[in-house]
Amino acid sequence: MRLEYFQMLDRVVALDVAKSSVRCICTVPQSSTIFEGHFPNYPLMPGALLLECMAQTTGWLVMARTGFSAMPFLAAVKEAKFRTAIFPGDPLEFEGHVLHEGSGYTVGECKGLRQKRVICSAQITYRVLPFPNPEFRKALFELAERLDVPVAELSK
Amino acid sequence: MTATFDKVADIIAETCDIPRENIKPESHAINDLEIDSLDFLDIAFAIDKTFGIKVPLEQWTQEVNDGKATTDQYFVLNNLSEQIDKLIAAKGA
Repeated sequence: MRLEYFQMLDRVVALDVAKSSVRCICTVPQSSTIFEGHFPNYPLMPGALLLECMAQTTGWLVMARTGFSAMPFLAAVKEAKFRTAIFPGDPLEFEGHVLHEGSGYTVGECKGLRQKRVICSAQITYRVLPFPNPEFRKALFELAERLDVPVAELSK
Repeated sequence: MTATFDKVADIIAETCDIPRENIKPESHAINDLEIDSLDFLDIAFAIDKTFGIKVPLEQWTQEVNDGKATTDQYFVLNNLSEQIDKLIAAKGA
């Protein structure tokens, strides 16, 4: 997890396109400039970044279900809940699935867990659009490889 | 007024917090009801779920952009309801 670079996930440990499910893991870093402000002398993982973890988790599934031919962009969030405080060093899991694939948009859900207990959840809507440029697509696929996303296997 | 229009109007009223009595068959979703594209995603999601269809928003947008269709054809609510009825019929065919 590199919070400053919005690299929220350490690894995609399961991605099942047919069953429409994805599971990712990450560990909140012990130190980050984020914690200098959130909060001084009380480092706490921001809820906004937990939401980003959820958006990225289900986002990989949305992308995989297009055969990595399109990019999901965050469009709307509903029923976002943050149930408990998350601290540096906490190991987290995120589980996502797709609720509905519409024309040019997808609605999914995701929840975060710490030691099997749900710590956050949300319903997330993505606009699913062509990649804005080839360089962006290449950089994203390189990130996918580092996260163990089977891009080559699942690409159209 | 058709049953489809009534359901669509109910969805719009609930999704966009528009008084139900202001939503009429001749209302244009964008021009009259001022529904933006993000709110229309919510409406499309609710329509897709309610009727078990997939409203082809991308195709409609492309046709409008290419000048092959007008927004009236898809976003005036009695026309939208007719399009939904066609999609339901096509699903059952």
